[in-house]
Amino acid sequence: MPLLEMKDIVKEFPGVKALDGVSFTLEAGEFHSLVGENGAGKSTLMKVLSAVYPAGTYEGEILIEDSPQQFRGIRDSENAGVAIIFQELSLVKELTVGENIFLGQEPSKFGVINWSELYHKASTLLRDLHLPIDPRVAVGTLGIGQQQLVEIAKALSKKAKILVLDEPTAALTESEVETLFGILRKLKADGVGMIYISHKLDEVFEMSDRITVLRDGKTIATHDAKDLNKAKVISLMVGREVGDIFPKVEHELGDTALEIKHLTAYSPENPGKRLVDDVSFSVRKGEVLGIAGLMGAGRTELLMTIFGAWQGTFSREILVDGHSVSIDSPADAIANGVGFVTEDRKRFGLILEQTILDNMTLAGLRTISGKMLTNRTKEMMAARTPMESLRIKANSPMTIAGTLSGGNQQKVVLGKWLLTGPKVLFLDEPTRGIDVGAKQEIYAEINKLAKQGLAIVLVSSELPEVLGLADRIIVLHEGRVAAELTRQEATPEKVMAAATGNN
Amino acid sequence: MEKTKSAIFDKSSLRAYVMIFVLGLIWLYFHWATNYIFLTSRNLSNLMTQMSVTAILAVGMLMVIVSGNIDLSVGSVLGFAGGIAAYSLTTLEYGLPVSIAFAIAVGVLIGIFHGALTAYLNIPAFIVTLGGLLAWRGATKWLLAGNTIPISNDTFKMIGQGNLPATIGWVLAAAAILFVLFAAYSRARSVKQYGLGEANYGAELLKAILPIGAIIAFIWVMNSYQGVPIPVLILLAVALLGAFLTGSTTFGRYLYAIGGNADAARLSGINNKRNILKVYALLGALTGVAALIFTGRVGSASPDAGTLKELDAIAACVIGGASLMGGRGTIFGACLGALIMASLDNGMSLLNVKDYMQDIIKGSILVAAVGLDMMGRKQS
Repeated sequence: MPLLEMKDIVKEFPGVKALDGVSFTLEAGEFHSLVGENGAGKSTLMKVLSAVYPAGTYEGEILIEDSPQQFRGIRDSENAGVAIIFQELSLVKELTVGENIFLGQEPSKFGVINWSELYHKASTLLRDLHLPIDPRVAVGTLGIGQQQLVEIAKALSKKAKILVLDEPTAALTESEVETLFGILRKLKADGVGMIYISHKLDEVFEMSDRITVLRDGKTIATHDAKDLNKAKVISLMVGREVGDIFPKVEHELGDTALEIKHLTAYSPENPGKRLVDDVSFSVRKGEVLGIAGLMGAGRTELLMTIFGAWQGTFSREILVDGHSVSIDSPADAIANGVGFVTEDRKRFGLILEQTILDNMTLAGLRTISGKMLTNRTKEMMAARTPMESLRIKANSPMTIAGTLSGGNQQKVVLGKWLLTGPKVLFLDEPTRGIDVGAKQEIYAEINKLAKQGLAIVLVSSELPEVLGLADRIIVLHEGRVAAELTRQEATPEKVMAAATGNN
Repeated sequence: MEKTKSAIFDKSSLRAYVMIFVLGLIWLYFHWATNYIFLTSRNLSNLMTQMSVTAILAVGMLMVIVSGNIDLSVGSVLGFAGGIAAYSLTTLEYGLPVSIAFAIAVGVLIGIFHGALTAYLNIPAFIVTLGGLLAWRGATKWLLAGNTIPISNDTFKMIGQGNLPATIGWVLAAAAILFVLFAAYSRARSVKQYGLGEANYGAELLKAILPIGAIIAFIWVMNSYQGVPIPVLILLAVALLGAFLTGSTTFGRYLYAIGGNADAARLSGINNKRNILKVYALLGALTGVAALIFTGRVGSASPDAGTLKELDAIAACVIGGASLMGGRGTIFGACLGALIMASLDNGMSLLNVKDYMQDIIKGSILVAAVGLDMMGRKQS
């Protein structure tokens, strides 16, 4: 008897069949991964399971331990033992860890909360998970990784039999991932069935018993993990054999485009703490410089400080084309030919309710349109080139950015910076959370830009990406340069050793 | 790439058409209920004059709201700037030009002050201007020592009470029509010029018919009574300026960007703080202008002039589709919102609806308008 059975699920949105007869089973104590490109239907399927889309809005059957379920709302699915941890955290940052864990199910009598019971239960739960987290601190003061673990504790407090994890490791460091996996293994042993959605195939293969591949709203295959390999999974996902994702492209290196000397940046919240500590580096025209490191190693802070966008105190010297320049604001950086494709496109990159056109021309507006007056026609002409060369899939430049897929959104952000006419381009996690096809297109674009003589600084948490694209790699560890490796020297082991401070 | 849809039928215009339709219904109802006096040139003239102060404030407020901020102090600042003008004219006898300059300068300085506190000291706009609401009302009472200062200068009163001679009205109408035609022509031409397609002069001409008709009807109605009221003329100028700033300048685009996503705007090289300072200064200047009209119309400056005007202005913006979260709203919508509010005021007064009932109805309509808007949004 399977723990969960979803049969022939069909879910239609106006004009789109998001799920087209998907079937899926989960056994007790099984770790079952769900993979597929963005838009393949993974999240929709999980929203059906968790009753974000209640019974009646889809066709098909859901059975838990052989009994058919008609969930009318999230409460129903929770009561049946389904718990979901979404990509975006759903914790209230101002409330404490304990309050968050028991939010909506506080131990109480006549509406009066029994605080000592709440915190006692919370500490027990955290202790069982081997999480050294104080239940009385505000969630907002924890790191993103610990917040994720609190989210899992919250799910478990509801006595979940089926735990759905949607990209849970996207923001975690290696060690936090290990902690998480330790917990998941323990839950597995306790008989909890887990559905795991991830783009990180290494993790999928490390943990899974079975793997189901979705494509275009259909189940393509379900196999035991041991019968599959990464290349096979990728080809099932994209429906075609993928050659080398990272074609080795030799870049022709020119003069030094950007040189940074003695960059130190202090935390805005904790002014004594150096987040970046005396980092110097340079990047040449036509070169892709990779910056590797774990979360919190100071990579984004480094780029922000160069870009004039760091909100804490800092010191550094910047040379562009060999001349010392002063960059006090992003506007100065743009004027000096530096572009910055920031991480987290929804938060830092896009104005989601505005059009592709408005987003693309925002950073370069004064050069595209004119200093004071805007000119729609000129903007339209300027945006045309990147829209075509980046192959942004949208009906028109007037499509609202928020309605695009992640990959296309990322391309809009990239297009925005190309329209500023940069000489140096920073890319911070340019492929996070986007599908394999869009990733490849962005990799090809990076190689093309380097060939055109742009100096590129690439920050990425995905090691294969840095190893595959960069001519040279700087590894940061706790704000310092732990290693500098050429493409020939760099191996995953060497980079990881430096990033964890073990070299 | 598909070619872009004809601008007539995009979503924001659809919203504008719905609002115009609703306004039409309100007008027809009042016309019928008032025994056909609502839609006379005399009453429409009065209605437009009544709305001008609120609408001018709403134009500035709209830009502040679009940038993701708010200003609760405009009513008090209006009172204070009007008080300054009257004090300088009547008590200090500085003459008209100086007094006018004072009123506007005071508005700008207060705007800069509020903007600086908000943008550079990171005090929430709500708090800064809530403080301003109290403080500037107090300053007005202090300045006027609790008294009303009458205005005897007829030229000043003209700002609030005067009308344009009919001939000048028609000359302006002709100029406006020529401008509309020229704009249509250059829009059609630029499409071809930049190689985005063929110039479609016919379609652009078709789109120009509605505004041209509106211009002629407006001048004709106003001239059938006493001519275009000066406050309405000033409002038109302010609204055009606002539409130009929001629609055709980098400053305007940046306001929408800052309100839509402040982090993304900052990282795109926009100086958020300076733009917020500017938009408050602009609202301050418009508050000064509104103060002159208000004072001129009433014929005196009083300690409680402009009370609750900030709420009328905010309500006009919101009825016109602006989001208090920032990033969304149009000048046209805000002006239409002000016109709807003024029509309700005017119509209900003609019908002798009790004062308290008017407030209840206006409050309910504000909430209902936004509620319907949200429902419409959810569906799409």
